[in-house]
This record gives sequence, C-alpha cells and structure tokens, in this order.
Amino acid sequence: MSLDDLYRRVIMDHYQRPRNRGRIEEGAVTVDLNNPTCGDRISLQMRVENGVIEEAKFLGEGCSISLSSASMMTEAVKGLTIEQALELVHLFSKMMQGEEVDIDKFPLEDIEALTGVSKFPARIKCATLAWKALEKGIRECQCQ
Amino acid sequence: MKSYKKDFPILHQEVNGHPLVYLDSAATSQKPIPVIEALEDYYKGYNSNVHRGVHTLGSKATDAYEGAREKVRRFIHARSTKEIVFTRGTTTAINLVASSYARTRLAPGDEIVITPSEHHSNLIPWQQVAKSTGATLKYFPLEADGTLDLAKVKETITPNTKIVAIQHVSNVLGTVHPIKEIAQIVHQHGGVILVDGAQSVPHMKVDVQDLDVDFLAFSSHKMLGPTGIGVLYGKEALLDEMEPIEFGGEMIDHVDLYDSTWKELPWKFEGGTPIIAGAIGLGAAIDYLESIGMDQIEAHDRALTKLACEKLSQVEGITIYGPKENRMGVVTFNVDGVHPHDVATVLDAEGIAVRAGHHCCQPLMRWLGATATARASFYIYNDEEDIDRLVKGLQKTKEYFGNVFR
Repeated sequence: MSLDDLYRRVIMDHYQRPRNRGRIEEGAVTVDLNNPTCGDRISLQMRVENGVIEEAKFLGEGCSISLSSASMMTEAVKGLTIEQALELVHLFSKMMQGEEVDIDKFPLEDIEALTGVSKFPARIKCATLAWKALEKGIRECQCQ
Repeated sequence: MKSYKKDFPILHQEVNGHPLVYLDSAATSQKPIPVIEALEDYYKGYNSNVHRGVHTLGSKATDAYEGAREKVRRFIHARSTKEIVFTRGTTTAINLVASSYARTRLAPGDEIVITPSEHHSNLIPWQQVAKSTGATLKYFPLEADGTLDLAKVKETITPNTKIVAIQHVSNVLGTVHPIKEIAQIVHQHGGVILVDGAQSVPHMKVDVQDLDVDFLAFSSHKMLGPTGIGVLYGKEALLDEMEPIEFGGEMIDHVDLYDSTWKELPWKFEGGTPIIAGAIGLGAAIDYLESIGMDQIEAHDRALTKLACEKLSQVEGITIYGPKENRMGVVTFNVDGVHPHDVATVLDAEGIAVRAGHHCCQPLMRWLGATATARASFYIYNDEEDIDRLVKGLQKTKEYFGNVFR
C-alpha cells in the first residue's frame, strides 16, 4: 500500500481544479447528500431531458478523494442516458470493492486513477459519495 | 515523563511498516494487561449469571460484579453504591436521565441549558426532551477560545432552568470547564446538573461530592476498560424518585399478573442480565489507574497536551483550535490546504493513528468555521517520542501534498 496509489496526479488535478463546480440555473433535480461519519457534503444538480443527462454540477465540502470523484463523475455522465449512468454507478461501486472492472467502460479515463482507493477501506466512502448522489438523483428522475 | 507503554500489548506492533503511534485515545483507549487478564479470568474461571444462582460460580461472579461497583463508588467518591448504575456507556447514561428524569418533569416554560461544544450524546437527548415536553433548549455562550465565562453562565441560568447538562472536558478543544462553580450556580436556582465525564474521568480525579454534581455519566472504554459498559452516577434522592426505563428480569422485586414492583437502587435500572464481564474489566481498569494515581495521570496528560500544542504550533501552516492554557488530553488542528481526511491517511501510512472528521460535534465544527478537523489525543502510554513522530508525520504530510500539487 503506497500513498501514491491513492493520491494520483490526476486526482489532485480534479481536486484543485474541479470540473462542473457550481449551480444549474433552471430545470435541475437537486440531491443533497452527506457522509454523517466524517462530515463530507455534496449538493448535486442534474438537468435531464428526454432521459439524457444534459448537465451535472455540484457544490460541496470534503477531502481530495470525495471532491475529485465528484468532479470526475459529473464529467463522465454528461450526455449519457440515465440507464447508462446507472450502469456506471454499479461499475464504480464494483471498482471500489476491489473487483476487476473494464475501465474502458467509463467514458472518462481519469476515473481509472481512483482504482487505488479500494486499497484504503477508510476512504471508499469518500469516493462513493458523489456516485450515491447520482444514483439518488436518477431514481428521483425515474419517479417523475 | 514516564510512559506506561510496556503494559499495553497492542502498542507493540508495526502499522504500515512503522511502529504504531496511537493518538486516538479520546475515541477509545487501549487496554493494559491486567484488564485483558481480568476478562480472561472471568470467562475461563467463573463465568456465571449474577444475583440468582445458588452455586459457587454464581456467587463468585456476583461478588466480582458488585465488587466492581464498589470500586467505581470509591473512584468517584460517591456516598453509596446505590448511586452507581451500570449502563452501556455515557450515551445510555445520559439518555436514562433524559428519559426517566427530564421527560416526566419538564414542561413548557422550563429550560434546559447546555454548551454548543457538547458531544452529540449530550446534545440530541436534550433536543428530544425539549421537543417532547415543550421545554426550551438554551446554550451557554462560548468565548473565542471555547471556554466559558462564569459571569455569562450566571446570566444564562434562571429560576426556570431545570437542567444544566455539560461536558467536563471537551472532546474537541480539551477545554476543562469549571464544574464546581457551575454546579453552585445551578443549585442556587433550584436546578440539577448532569456532567458528561467521558473525557474527564479517565484523566483526572473526579469527586462527585466535592463537585456536588447531581448526575455524572462516563464510559469504561475511554479509561482503559472494555467497551459496552459505562456508569451513571446519580444522587440517591434523585435516582430514588426516578422510574426505570427498561423492564424485565433482574430489575423486579415482586411480579403479579397485572402489576409488579422494582428492586431497590441501583438494580431497578439494570434490567436483564447485566454487563458482568464489562464491569469486572472496568474494576480492573480502576485498580490499574489507581496504582499509578490519578494526580500523576492528570499531570502526565496535561504535560503531553501542552508539549504537543507547543511543537505543533511551531510547524508552519497548522491551525490549533481551543484554549492555549488549561487543556486536557486533546489537540485538534488543521493543516492549511490539506483536508483532515487526507492528513489522517498520510499519518496512517506512517503508523500514526489520529482521528479526522467532526468528532460527533457538528454544531461545534460550525462554530469553529471548519467542516472537519484532525485530532490527536493522549493518554498515559504516550510519550514525547510520539509527539515527535506526529510532528514529523505532519511535516511529511505538508511535503507530500506540496509535491503532488506542484
């Protein structure tokens, strides 16, 4: 186990320069989620039209892992159908449990950098927070 | 500064290739050999239920269980073992008072007063009591360093104040609150005071008669004993007029088809088979603490906390929270530009265990203006070398994050 497995350069890049940080003006579903054990928070917004995620933005507070994961996730799901996005949620969850997954299925190759998180059990919840928010948002869209 | 590391087997191991430095005793303490052996002796030699068997093992277990209660009584200087109720921990002890004492007595217009720095366990029970009784929940104002100003305490307490519930030592800031003085003010107004002693009883002499507190709650696992057991001390007159909140075996006197009566104190509050091994382990922990001496332990823990504050404040880019003087057992801090989770992960890679997060004090975190913090906490098995390792670990954290950022 090495720290460099966890803190890859690409993770730090997303942490320092988060993509899609902000609010969506109109027509978005908002999901607020926190990790009660550590205080990390995310407020995720998604604008879904005809079953396609047109836009995803987030605000939140947290560590490098949780914020970089949110940044990557919002990049990755843009333009996907909600079904495709849900598949990514499952794929990411498998990856966090240390299972072998086909990295090429992620539309954003940066996500591969988060593979190392699975070796740090205490940090898995940091990485999955944004994806749990995504899943919750999709469920809400499906109910509407 | 003497360290008692040798008595704690768990500390003699490597974590991630480095000798373990355990700096998370405010979350839970490690256990010395005599405590581990007391549990082993009980389970190997005389495991039995208490207060019922005629047989020899049952008597031995009962003697050990009740013997532990006497040790607790002596340790906190209660008048009688009737005032010592074994609970599952501090949380259960506070909830017992909230449910049995407060819910049945408070009404709209009454006040409960606490501090904004309470652990959730001494905050949420009172929120719930306020909601269900219509009583008002009020807060003492904190000074900029997290301490209390007694003049403001006096202003906050009124004749309507029925309960003041307050931590003795803050698990985040290490603040030691002037309990004796506060108890006096509360009593002048006819209220009762409950003290959360989870972070004080392990580190200093706490004398319930000298402090004149009405209730004191604390946990075994933070004072070298096993998890799963804690203590509610209550003045006999108060406990006597309180109803049990758990009903069943062990706590009854006479049972009819439609009505029953309760055992006398303290057993009416101990429904079900009690935490026998836990109590015996706690008794062994008290013996161990007393063999060192609580004054000695307090001096050691205060000195280490002071040293840690000094050394950490010399590291550039570290913010320390809480008072500069008179703090006990914990140093809570942040490293500029590095989230505390990341700090804790880098330290862990160096074999150093610290806590990161909100420390079960979300309102206090907001008051500090931090979403989370890192915390190092100390006990008798820590020494200067541990602090030096922490400082080195923090320097490494800064270097590491400085480099990946570049």
